[in-house]
Order: sequence, then structure tokens, then C-alpha cells
Amino acid sequence: MSRGRARPGSILGEAMAGISARPGRLALTMLGEALGLAALVATVGLASTASGQVSDHFDRASADRVTVQVEPSRAERGARLPRDAERLVQRLEGVEAAGTLTRLEVSDPVGTVRLLDPQAPPDPMLPVLAASPGLLDAVDARVAGRRYDAGHVARADPVALLGAGAARRLGVTELSHGPAIWIGDRALTVIGIIEEVDGRGELLDSVVLPETTAAQQFGWQGALSMQLDVAPQAAETIARQAPLAIAPQDPSVVNAAAPPSDAQLRDRVQGDVSSLLVLLGLVALIAGGVGIANIMLLSVMERIGEIGLRRALGATRGDLMTQFLAESALVGLLGGIVGTSLGFVTSMVVALSRDWTPRLDPLLLAAPVAGLVVGVLAGAFPAWRAGSLEPAEALRTL
Amino acid sequence: MNAASSPVIALRAVGRSFAGNPPVDILRSVDLRVDRGEFVAIVGPSGSGKSTLLNILGLLDSPTTGRYLLDGIDTTTISHRRRARLRAARLGFVFQAFHLLPHLTVAENVSLGGLYLGLPARERARRADRLLDRVGLGHRRRARPRTLSGGERQRVAIARSLVAGPSVLLADEPTGNLDSVSADAVLSLFSELHAEGVTVAMITHDPGVAARAHRRVRIVDGQVLR
Repeated sequence: MSRGRARPGSILGEAMAGISARPGRLALTMLGEALGLAALVATVGLASTASGQVSDHFDRASADRVTVQVEPSRAERGARLPRDAERLVQRLEGVEAAGTLTRLEVSDPVGTVRLLDPQAPPDPMLPVLAASPGLLDAVDARVAGRRYDAGHVARADPVALLGAGAARRLGVTELSHGPAIWIGDRALTVIGIIEEVDGRGELLDSVVLPETTAAQQFGWQGALSMQLDVAPQAAETIARQAPLAIAPQDPSVVNAAAPPSDAQLRDRVQGDVSSLLVLLGLVALIAGGVGIANIMLLSVMERIGEIGLRRALGATRGDLMTQFLAESALVGLLGGIVGTSLGFVTSMVVALSRDWTPRLDPLLLAAPVAGLVVGVLAGAFPAWRAGSLEPAEALRTL
Repeated sequence: MNAASSPVIALRAVGRSFAGNPPVDILRSVDLRVDRGEFVAIVGPSGSGKSTLLNILGLLDSPTTGRYLLDGIDTTTISHRRRARLRAARLGFVFQAFHLLPHLTVAENVSLGGLYLGLPARERARRADRLLDRVGLGHRRRARPRTLSGGERQRVAIARSLVAGPSVLLADEPTGNLDSVSADAVLSLFSELHAEGVTVAMITHDPGVAARAHRRVRIVDGQVLR
């Protein structure tokens, strides 16, 4: 009937009795670890729930802009977009509007009056852009006054649009009398003010003029970039096709890029937030483990008399180490179960409050095991202390 | 079981010294024999080495020199593990401070006595119940130790020491924390157990307590006086 040594089950029983002797302490001890695991589980759970929702939600509003640019090193050597680039890209499936845009090299400030007033602030240096009429469509520009059209372009009229910001700086508010601006000694009539654009925000701070005007007065020799407005979700494809469509003999002269879509941006931001939360959860988990180690060590010190007694009753060092390690592991496992449940509930509540379908990664069921592992690691040193106490000395103290 | 002449405890020229500068000799060449069925009191003033002697008898400490035979087994040459097994099977301990675990019931405390022997839980519980009846505390088996008087606690501890059916019961100042009435009850219990055939070795500094034993061994300055 007697095996001559303790049954493993009975030592586990002693461990359970040991930790349940102080329920309050047990709860507080596992709290830290439980919170850490809850944060981890909720973060991972929400990430998997949200990923489906996010992509669904944001695909509709995804990128519909493509930017085409002459490769800068080639541009320096004089490469420009072909004159019919706009027409070439319009043949691509999904391109809804296209327009060319070039920043001109202008060293003169932009002013409204040709008057030397020493007290007036110096005229501002403003970017001067040459843009095709199509560009304003490609950026969905809202223009007060009027735009320039094919007639202005054909005649190379000295007309210009001002971005809203540029107009403010120049003090141009009223268009009815056809205000003039001067760039150096070149005069241009302002016919409209660009109030809003979707993309190419620099337009709002610039002077914008027809490309033919630019060719006559500023030495424009061809466009350097192009802006496309494309069908939803077509941006990536068109960005791949555009260089070939524009320059079939040498596509590398042209770069085309779809700006990161909102969804990608959102995902990236969310990824950053998630990894931060995961990190915080890990830190809390480690802190929880340290807490368990602390309390277990305290427990060993408090129970020196018990340890001595058990040795007298025939416990080996191994029996005592096993018992205290089991106690620590049980605390860790309990904390793991509580933390996992808390994390599940949290991600469930968040998902439901946003009308999301809760989706839980079955891998998360391993989280209590992580709690157990933390408990075992935390209990290693206290258990060793319990096993290494000299029984005669342990019995003397009470 | 064994012939009456075979001793339960046999110490032969046992010495115990503790490292230091100079080393301290706590026990010097102690010879002691306790036969089966004896009730022996080991008496001595504090600092005489009787606690060290009890630790050695209880296999909680090892002699520096000499030999200790328990039931004829030479304990000075065996492994820690076997010593633990001998403690579980052949030795019962009764301490001055009782050493009951506060979070367990009286019956659970008693059944701990068979835990490290590997007895099944059911058997331990059965023995605990029987022994609690034997020490007159059957009605308190579900109580917690803190609700018991000192005398009752010591009787619980005695029941625990008997669960494994030990060859000898080692008692270290068993009445040291008790009032005279409780002390008397505990000593009467020892006498009864002795009458039933249990071997008892009791350490005390109190000559009145020692008088209850059948044989007294005096220890002074780490040596047994004859």
C-alpha cells in the first residue's frame, strides 16, 4: 500500500491547499499576470477581428491617385514627358482624368504692382507651376472665377490661376477687374483662384499658368510630371502600366507611384498601435511574473516551519521543490485563465460595440499555457530556496 | 517483530561538531541505546546538546563521527533520499511548537503523517480518523488548529506522528508550550501509548516531566552521564 515516497497527485493536492490557504493573496498575486495576458489576448484578438473589417471598410475609399514623374537624374539631362503623354495614359483602362504639371525655375518674386515702395514688404517668392487644363480635373480642383481653356492655351495668353494661399499672400481677393501679377517683368492676368484640391496640395500656394504661356515666357520645354485620377482600386495597376504607355521604348525614364492608400496608412498606424500594446502586455506579463516570484519567496520564508515539518515527515528536497514549483505554476495558470478570459471578453465587447463580427484566433487558447510557463519560471528560485533549507534549522524557527 | 534485545536506536560513539574557529563540539562520543517498547527521557540543561542529539536521532542532522543505527540500519552511510524515506516510515515527531498547518483541518493535519510514505489519500484519512478517536479528538476532526487549545493541538500532533506506524516517537519538549493540566494530559497519553507498545524518546529540561518516563538519560556538555 505504501510506495515509500509521496504520490505526485498528493503533492499537487498539497500545492492546491497551499495556495488556497490565502485566497486574497492568491487573487492579488495573479492579478498582474492576468492583466498582462488580458492585454495581449485582447490586442491579438482585436487585431484579427479588425483586419477583416478594416480592409473591407477602406477598400472603397482606397487610392484613386497616381503620380507620374520623369526620373530626376534623366530630367537633369533634359528628359521630359512626351507632348502627347496625357493622351497616351488616357488610353489605359481606369484612367478618368490626367494632367501634366511642371514646376518652373523662376528666380523672380511675384508681385501685384510695379512700384518701388521701400516700406512695403518684399514681394514673396512663390512657386510657379505650368499645368495643362486637364490637371485641374485630375485633382478635382474647385476654382473661383474661371479656368483657362484650350483657347487660352492655343493663344498662349498671359493668364494665371492663383492658389488660395498664394492669393492671400498677394492680397488678391477680387477678380472682377482682372488683377495683374508680375513675375519679374512678365505680367499675367489672374482669372481664377484655386480654392480646393484633392492631391497636389502645393497648387494652393502657387501661381499656375498654361504650358504654352510658360513655354513663351519661362522657357518651359515639356512637362516633368503628371497627375492621374483613376478608378477605385485601379491605382496600383495603372502605376505599373503608365511608364510603358508613356515611354514604350524606355519605360525607365518615367516613375509612376500610387500614394499609400488610406487603408495601407490605417493598417500601418494600427500595426504600430498593436505592437505597442503587445509590448505593454509583455511588460505587464513580466512584471506579473516578478510579482509571483516575490510572493512565492515571501511564502517560502513565512512557511519555514511548515517546510521543516514536511522534511521531518519524510519529504525529500525534491518533494518540497515540486510542491512550491507546483504552487507557483498553479498561480500562473490561474492568472493565465483569468487573463485570457478577460482578454476575450474585452475584444468581444469592443467588436460588438462596433458591429464587427467577433473573430478569435484559436491560437489564443494557448495563452493560459503562457501563464503556466510564467508561473514555473517565477517559482524556480523560491522552490529552490524551499528545497535547500536545512530541516533542523527550519524546525527551530516558527 | 524483532527480538526484544534488538535496539530501535543505537548510537555508537557519536560526535557532532560545528565548523568555526575553533570548531565547536556539541556532542562528544555519545553512546545511547533505546530498546523496543521503552519510554526514555533525555534530560539536560539548555545548551547541553540535547537538541542536536534529537536532530541526529530524527535524521535531520548527521553525526560528524560515530555511527547511528535505526532498527539496525546504519543511517550514517545512506543517501538523503533513503534518510527521508526512513523518516517517513520509522520516525514520528512531536514538537514543542506543534507545527500544525493552519490552513488544513485537524484530520488533514493528521493525515499529513502518511503523505510522504505514499499512502493513498483514503487510507491516510482512515488512519487519521482512527488516531483522532484514539487521542480523544474525534469530534474535532473538521476543526481548524487555531480553534484548539494547546493541549488539544499537541494531541493532534501526536496522532499525526503515529499515522505511519513509526518504530519510535521522538518528542522534543512536548509540554514546553503547555499549562500543567494540558501537559499532564499529554504525558498521560505518552504513558498510554507506551503501555500499548509504542517506543518513545522524549527530550526535556524539566525533571518533573522526565520523571514520567521509565528511564532517564542525562546529558551534560555533550556527553551522556551514567
